[in-house]
Amino acid sequence: MSIDRKTVDHVAMLARLALTDDERERTQEQLSAILEHINVIAEADTSRVPATAHILPVENVMTADQSRPSCSPDELLANAPAREGEYFRVRAVLEE
Amino acid sequence: MADLWQLSISEALEKLSSGDISAVELTRAHLDRIEAVEGRVRSFVTVTDQDALREAEQVDRMRRAGETPGPLAGIPLALKDVLCTKDVRTTCSSRMLEHFVPPYDATVVSRLRAAGAISLGKTNMDEFAMGSSTENSAFFPTRNPWDLDRVPGGSSGGSAASVAVGEAMGALGSDTGGSVRQPGALTNTVALKPTYGRVSRYGLIAFASSLDQIGPFARSARDAALLMNVIAAYDPLDSTSVNRPTPDYLAALTGEVKGMRIGVPKEYFVEGVEPGVKKAVEDAIQTFVSLGAEIGEVSLPHTRYGVAAYYIIAPAECSANLARYDGVKYGLSVRDGAQDLVETTAITRATGFGAEVKRRIMLGTYALSAGYYDAYYLKAEKVRTLIKRDFDEAFEKYDLLMGPTSPTVAFKLNEKMSDPYAMYLNDVFTIPVNLAGNCAISIPGGFSEGLPVGVQLIGPSFGEEVLLRAADAFQRVTDYHTRWPELPPQKRAAKSRK
Repeated sequence: MSIDRKTVDHVAMLARLALTDDERERTQEQLSAILEHINVIAEADTSRVPATAHILPVENVMTADQSRPSCSPDELLANAPAREGEYFRVRAVLEE
Repeated sequence: MADLWQLSISEALEKLSSGDISAVELTRAHLDRIEAVEGRVRSFVTVTDQDALREAEQVDRMRRAGETPGPLAGIPLALKDVLCTKDVRTTCSSRMLEHFVPPYDATVVSRLRAAGAISLGKTNMDEFAMGSSTENSAFFPTRNPWDLDRVPGGSSGGSAASVAVGEAMGALGSDTGGSVRQPGALTNTVALKPTYGRVSRYGLIAFASSLDQIGPFARSARDAALLMNVIAAYDPLDSTSVNRPTPDYLAALTGEVKGMRIGVPKEYFVEGVEPGVKKAVEDAIQTFVSLGAEIGEVSLPHTRYGVAAYYIIAPAECSANLARYDGVKYGLSVRDGAQDLVETTAITRATGFGAEVKRRIMLGTYALSAGYYDAYYLKAEKVRTLIKRDFDEAFEKYDLLMGPTSPTVAFKLNEKMSDPYAMYLNDVFTIPVNLAGNCAISIPGGFSEGLPVGVQLIGPSFGEEVLLRAADAFQRVTDYHTRWPELPPQKRAAKSRK
């Protein structure tokens, strides 16, 4: 199955990747080629097979409601591209 | 006497405890070795020489003071640059995290520190652990010490090369689809992927969370057991860590494999497996026969769907995990030219991620997007069940399974970079184990035209003791793992020496 340019544009938007035109073209070709190989899984008979999202019988892990040492705001903000006081600084999310 | 960098971990521990050598001497020997070969191999993104020497002095001081040092006290190791190290840059070999300095240690790192191990630095990898050649590093490729024109495998290629060439006595990597075992095979090192949940993933920068697992590189099964004894443990900080006692892996090395039932999956000897690889694996099977193991043929019929299922599930999980790189909290942030927060994010991500990472994010986002979820993601998870059942059935009859780790020996740089799917096929025999969650080890199994061949032993969940016992028994009667690559001399630098 090949994917069209419109799909590439849509997926790039969902993935928040500002791809160049060249990248979009290459992605279209390469994803189409990869999907062609991947489509072999359609041949597997899974009609009565449950899905495995995780190989362990995962259960919610509860911890006691107790405080314990943790990183300080300064440590956590040390890698911030921009900060203001004890906040991460970002561009406006909503227009005024 | 052999150079200090050629010692095994167990030999070094003896010499350290008897006082024959100091931790500083041993660490310095490895830093000198790094200095001597790094220009040709390039295993490391960051060498923490000053920290390493300081830690070594501390170990020596403790020993002199009569304190009991930890089980790996004074042993210099390398860490894949996907493991968070407090105050030491952790890049994932990505521009996105080029200047990222974690505020905490991964659990495996703090366990190694507590055991007295010395960290030499952080090793190169395919960006965000996505790749099979270490060519996807945003910084530089790592070379295979057995042939500098060839790749060391990936994604943990730097860790593998560092152990193969004697820059480190052991190393840690991470294995999502073969990223420990395949570079182990290509560099003649022992490389173990533990059972999912056996080793804490806390502080391992996530790629595909249901598949990722940290594992050791070493130059013998014995050394791998010593590393496992320290890193394998329940960790409340990782909710998928399994609360189960850690056995003494060293005690499992009895040398005894008589009566061990070993299954050989016929699907692992298909077209595409190089004759030299096939021959080495068949010879290894004969070695196990001569040691008294019982060999039989087994079928893992859904092997052929493994790569396809993996390249849906892993990219799907990666697309979600890597959504965190938004240019806000840490990592690269490109704010010029963007009008708003969404654009900032999209430009930052397009600038910070390399081609393979973008490809996988796109593939995963597509597989999860409306209209394709059932055909791809859900279908792949059902196939995952079938692959797990294949193993479950095989382990009803066999103690372990055996085949090639990789269909080929190390390939040339650039050979597979233009064809993503050809690169993905390197992991055809390693991927099923990640999907099923059990454990496997790659051990040196011989050579094909001078290049190492890895033999893969696959165990059931929590079967690490059986794997290590079989690997150790094999190494008691073979010498492949003891051989060293011969590096060609360093090309003369343009700069003349004073």
